[in-house]
Amino acid sequence: MIRLIKPILDTPKQKAFEWKARREANGTAQPWQEAQFFTCPKCQRRATRANWSEHLYVCPNCGHYQPIGGYYRLSMILDHGSFKELNEKTTGRDFLHFPGYPEKLSLQRRKTGLSEAVVTATGKIHGIQVVAAVLDSRFFMGSMGTGVGEKVTLAVEYAAAKKLPLIIFSASGGARMQEGIYSLMQMAKTSAAIASFSAKGGLYISYLTHPTTGGVTASFASLGDITLAEPHALIGFAGPRVIEQTIGQKLPAGFQRSEYLEEHGFVDKIVPRSEMRETLAQILKLHTNGGKRL
Amino acid sequence: MIRDILKQIEEVDAAIDAQQEPLTDEDTALRSALLLKRSNLLNECRELSAEDKVFLARHPRRPKIDEYIHALFTDFFEQKGDRQCKEDPSILGGIALYKGLPVTVIGHRKGSDLASNMTYNFGMPGPEGYRKALRLMRQAEKFGRPVITFIDTPGAYPGMEAEARGQGEAIARNLAEMSQLTVPVIAVVTGEGSSGGALALGVANKVLMLENAVYSVLSPEGFASILWKDASRHGEACEIMKLTAQDLFEFHVADEIVPEPLGGAQLDHGALFACLDVALTKNLAFLRKFSGNTLAAQRYKKYRQIGQ
Repeated sequence: MIRLIKPILDTPKQKAFEWKARREANGTAQPWQEAQFFTCPKCQRRATRANWSEHLYVCPNCGHYQPIGGYYRLSMILDHGSFKELNEKTTGRDFLHFPGYPEKLSLQRRKTGLSEAVVTATGKIHGIQVVAAVLDSRFFMGSMGTGVGEKVTLAVEYAAAKKLPLIIFSASGGARMQEGIYSLMQMAKTSAAIASFSAKGGLYISYLTHPTTGGVTASFASLGDITLAEPHALIGFAGPRVIEQTIGQKLPAGFQRSEYLEEHGFVDKIVPRSEMRETLAQILKLHTNGGKRL
Repeated sequence: MIRDILKQIEEVDAAIDAQQEPLTDEDTALRSALLLKRSNLLNECRELSAEDKVFLARHPRRPKIDEYIHALFTDFFEQKGDRQCKEDPSILGGIALYKGLPVTVIGHRKGSDLASNMTYNFGMPGPEGYRKALRLMRQAEKFGRPVITFIDTPGAYPGMEAEARGQGEAIARNLAEMSQLTVPVIAVVTGEGSSGGALALGVANKVLMLENAVYSVLSPEGFASILWKDASRHGEACEIMKLTAQDLFEFHVADEIVPEPLGGAQLDHGALFACLDVALTKNLAFLRKFSGNTLAAQRYKKYRQIGQ
């Protein structure tokens, strides 16, 4: 009986989550300072924030996919009121005592309001409990250092312990240079965690968004049971600039884009942002067997 | 700079070689003077900077994988191809006997001159190379053979074909599957280990590093060009990247440092092989005591706690 009564007021945690998601959607430091217009970085045409948000930050004019924040993306896919953040306080450390790194980190934190380049959470999609991790390209290019490696690994281990499906949205420039060999080793750590999760029968959906490159592509992002991608996202191991320098010629248009990867057999389906939640729900449903999940 | 010291040592060696037998008294005096100079020069190599180590790690006369295999193993049988589309010669792998014990040996292959380097693509594998390595490792697991890998690469090859065939996926798959292997895995970083291209053969129970080997997230040149948009500052990058064997031992990434002859491995291959032989024997004997599941769990734990 209790479950039938819908909560009239959101819990403080839900309110805080929505506050963060709205802040990201508005692209401002404070949710109440609503910027009126946003200019598409691709076609340079302006549209109102309301219009952008209605289109889930896909340009209403040219269809360009604007990168979005972790909380905002989670607010798009999770059932209302089901969001619960995991390991919010876990961050990377300056293991190498790299000159200028701590200052840069705190600047990134102030700028984005995030503590690391990934948000991990548990929540429900169409009533099915899942663990989700979203990398945020606004924070240090979504690069993977010890903070990202540790949070992703903790999320995978949480999913394994609770026998929940796992969804990771990747967006990353690769390894975080300032953490040197520690960031390289996060590739081994996260891949080992996925391998162990997979050996226990866990379902892992990898969702690739713009841009997914370097150490993230060469670790957990490529290990999904199901691999989805946002349209026209850049996905690859070596960056286009490095390849051009190596081979000494310009790369063809569309190289390393989602459509190219689909054609070469590395992506199951390209899913527009507007169909993201429904597609995830469908895959989850296909992996639910008489109430037994995973 | 080690570069200048090595050049002087070479000149001294050339002068010694140039002496005609039999030696006159004068020649003997000259020779002992030369030998003294040589040992003084070698003594200067005791304190090396990170940049010096990068230079030594990439030295063209540093032993290559085929020399390691020839010196340490017997009955080597090379296995080629990834069974999907291609043979990638920049990774060499096969079965061999190590003191009578069958093991699977896999490693990056660099050439010693331009022609061989072109053949081996300067030790930069494509996805086919990593898939071949994975095929060999799975087979090693099937037959209960320990896996020994030798790491020496500037990184995975950044080319169009490599991307089209899934460079990232190939490396990721290796990392995931290596972490689960139920046989002992020992990785030896012999030269430069750069980026995911090195790690793809490096998820091991024990990671050994030669004294002058380096292991890093990216080559110092790439690092400098990403951070400062200036590849010529690679010397500075070497120092702040903390990529030497001694640094990595401190970080618990490397488990053991294998000593090299003074002045670098290229001066005396035999001495290096002897030291490596001792280290391999010890670690292999240690790891073979454990069950397969224990080995996999130990490997998981080793990487799990890095950066925790």
